[in-house]
Amino acid sequence: MELPAPDPAILARRDAILARLREAVGDEGLITDPVETRAYECDALSAYRCPPMAVVLPKSTGEVSRVMRICHEEGVPVTPRGSGTSLAGGALPTADSIILGVSRLNRVLEVDYDNRFIRVEAGRTNLSVTQEVESDGFFYAPDPSSQLACAIAGNIAMNSGGAHCLKYGVTVNNLLGVKMVMADGEIVEIGGPWADLPGYDWLALVTGSEGQLGIVTEAVLRILPKPEGARPILLAFPSNEIAGACVADIIRAGILPVAIEFMDRPVLEAVERFVGAGYPECEALLIVEVEGSEEEIDAELARIREIAERHEPIEIREARDEADAARIWAGRKSAFGAMGQINDYICLDGTIPVSRLPDVLRDIGDLARKYNLGVGHVFHAGDGNMHPLILYNANDPEEFARAEAMGAEVLKLCVAAGGCLTGEHGVGVEKRELMPAQFSRADLEAQMDVKDVFDPRWILNPVKVFPLALSAPRRERARAAAPSPGRAA
Amino acid sequence: MTTTPLAPASEEALAEIIRDHAARQAPLVIRGGGTRPVGPPVTGETLTTTALAGVTLYEPEALTLVVAAGTPLAEIEALLAEHGQRLAFEPMDHRPLLGSEGVPTIGGVVSANVSGPRRIVAGACRDTLLGARFVSGKGEILKSGGRVMKNVTGYDLARLMAGARGTLGVLTEVSFKVLPAPETEATLVARGHDAHRAVALLSRALGSPWGVTGAAHLPADLAGGMSETRIRLEGREDSVRTRGEKLVRHLGGDWEMVRAEDSVALWREVRDVLPFAGQAEAVWRISLKPTDGPVFLDLLERNGLSHHAFLDWGGGLVWLLVPEGGDAGAALIRDQLAALGGHATLVRASEETRRAVPVFQPEQPRLAALARGLKRRFDPAGILNPGLMEPAAATATEHS
Repeated sequence: MELPAPDPAILARRDAILARLREAVGDEGLITDPVETRAYECDALSAYRCPPMAVVLPKSTGEVSRVMRICHEEGVPVTPRGSGTSLAGGALPTADSIILGVSRLNRVLEVDYDNRFIRVEAGRTNLSVTQEVESDGFFYAPDPSSQLACAIAGNIAMNSGGAHCLKYGVTVNNLLGVKMVMADGEIVEIGGPWADLPGYDWLALVTGSEGQLGIVTEAVLRILPKPEGARPILLAFPSNEIAGACVADIIRAGILPVAIEFMDRPVLEAVERFVGAGYPECEALLIVEVEGSEEEIDAELARIREIAERHEPIEIREARDEADAARIWAGRKSAFGAMGQINDYICLDGTIPVSRLPDVLRDIGDLARKYNLGVGHVFHAGDGNMHPLILYNANDPEEFARAEAMGAEVLKLCVAAGGCLTGEHGVGVEKRELMPAQFSRADLEAQMDVKDVFDPRWILNPVKVFPLALSAPRRERARAAAPSPGRAA
Repeated sequence: MTTTPLAPASEEALAEIIRDHAARQAPLVIRGGGTRPVGPPVTGETLTTTALAGVTLYEPEALTLVVAAGTPLAEIEALLAEHGQRLAFEPMDHRPLLGSEGVPTIGGVVSANVSGPRRIVAGACRDTLLGARFVSGKGEILKSGGRVMKNVTGYDLARLMAGARGTLGVLTEVSFKVLPAPETEATLVARGHDAHRAVALLSRALGSPWGVTGAAHLPADLAGGMSETRIRLEGREDSVRTRGEKLVRHLGGDWEMVRAEDSVALWREVRDVLPFAGQAEAVWRISLKPTDGPVFLDLLERNGLSHHAFLDWGGGLVWLLVPEGGDAGAALIRDQLAALGGHATLVRASEETRRAVPVFQPEQPRLAALARGLKRRFDPAGILNPGLMEPAAATATEHS
């Protein structure tokens, strides 16, 4: 992974730039000490690190606006950061950039049950949004597995999903409005607690744009009434293919479970060893959860059982009460941790059409043999968002390189199967150079045209998403055209 | 205006036509079935996508549908129904309201981001749109998104196309997440409530766990002398019945349960705005915070704007019928919205009025500037539906 050389003109003006930033956010909003900025040198993709020039932590939209105006005038790249849980390097800084973190923007501004929305500052964590409303019987639907830590700002940047998006959709389906600071510091409001936008769909453009179009400081989020209850059923099968076929049959039958989770043997073994989940001995395990009243849950689970039985399962285990349900979910919830204990792994995020599940699983198995690496699967089967875990030894650089190469092949396989490179982690720096596997040159140029319109100087997270060589002419043109104090000096 | 429209039969042929028109700076009127003539009149040669038709891929077990943009909506709905599935966003048929003729296409549905009463839970068209292929005003064939429901690979140009009404590109293929169709539906109807009381009841119903998929209120003048507050439930027969019973207990008062086909008719009336069909007056579609629906109507009353109106989306969608004269109430309506928040579209009016009054809610200056910036990038020659969505007095003083 390559980062462009830092701009010497910016580094030369470092002190003057930091002085201006200090004026904007005060001492408590600015971190320049190299020991402290080190905490921001990477996100959850910790293989790549680079300390930023400084970290700026504004406490209001007004401060964000002042910071952006300064960076725009000075031509300083800005790396936006929510909680730094990106698995794709979305919050990885460059040496000539500042981190603009929204972690101090974390207030709840408005809760309105009659109109079913909550307005929050964007640094607030995902889980705390649901916690704010759950005692009143509501929840915020997107629930990425990092929800304890990840920020709404990051969820918007990566269009995060979670386990329940088969039924409730992803961030773009649950975001009603934002307050956003543009690259030049102007504050705009898009949408609000009502449906649709009057003109172009700015919300859809901003969602998933990985912090390249603006800094979201507030969000209006749709909240939903909690279902009366939910219960899982566990289905164990002798092969991945049969489990995949069962998923297809459940959906074809008109059942829309709130979650369908899939685990294969390597994951099941790890889970068994580390948490003793007590799952049946099998090649592939499904956990299917349905929602509703007791009677509705009983009826749905009976139908799922009937469908599963046609596939000759090794075992079916239906949760009768909350304790049963917790036991069934315990293994799934510890899966990533359990895999992490036996090995280092790269977690991929390709998405495929659900119908292609069995053959893609088989092809990934073939690739693992070719690269002589272990691979485990634990993912949301209902929406096709795979998370193959490629196992490697972090102390062996050669094995890491091999794992990365295999990862790239797996993602290309996902694209070839009709899917995409990333379902919810984002492109970041990690998959930047793979974009041509999915998009034509013209497709990518059109996307960069959008970037030009929002951020003509290319200061917002500029070295992400697009292949470096492809974005270079625009980045260089933008910098050359910008009469920055740095260049004038 | 009766010349035969250009109707290319392939994406490449369509791109060629656009390249040719771009080179000549000859404007094009972009159309699907031409059943939704919303917006100021646009002049130019008509280009329709109706010859790009057919299902590219349908996988019921993956809830995925990929179709050419000119495919008739009715064909798609019939195909999905055969497999017990549907487009969840319940697209409105504009023909009764607008008095238009023709065959609605899926591309037209996407271009106008059409939805219906179920939008409150299922989202609008753009929410189930997974990807699109389109031709830009430069004649380039582009794609965005795909056919999978989780996808954050690059910017979401597919959803940008939804609601852009053919001003940034011409859709050639669209893909959707489809959903299972329920076994049956029923509507709870209460009579005699005013709009404030009705919206309070609808909010209470929508905040309950019983899966309300429609929440509308028709006042007495549009419901045969006695107002009707309607709540729709869908699902399996027994589930609809028990949830209905729970809701009635939860809400209190008298509710009649209207079942199956009779219920379907109630929602077709709401979806297609049938109370305002076949009349000459202007029709506005106003989206605002649901509890502001009745507040907004009071403000119109207080300001002396004579009108008829009904509410969908739990109060968040106002369908408003006003006299056509002057600005058709535009200034007054938008002044109220400036205070409340929300946006108003003049869906039906004479050509003269649509030329004089901004049909779409004017955006704040910076967003309007972004819109012009995008338009210049995607359609530099300005040939795709010119003037349809841009503010009339667009000037070139913005950024980029």
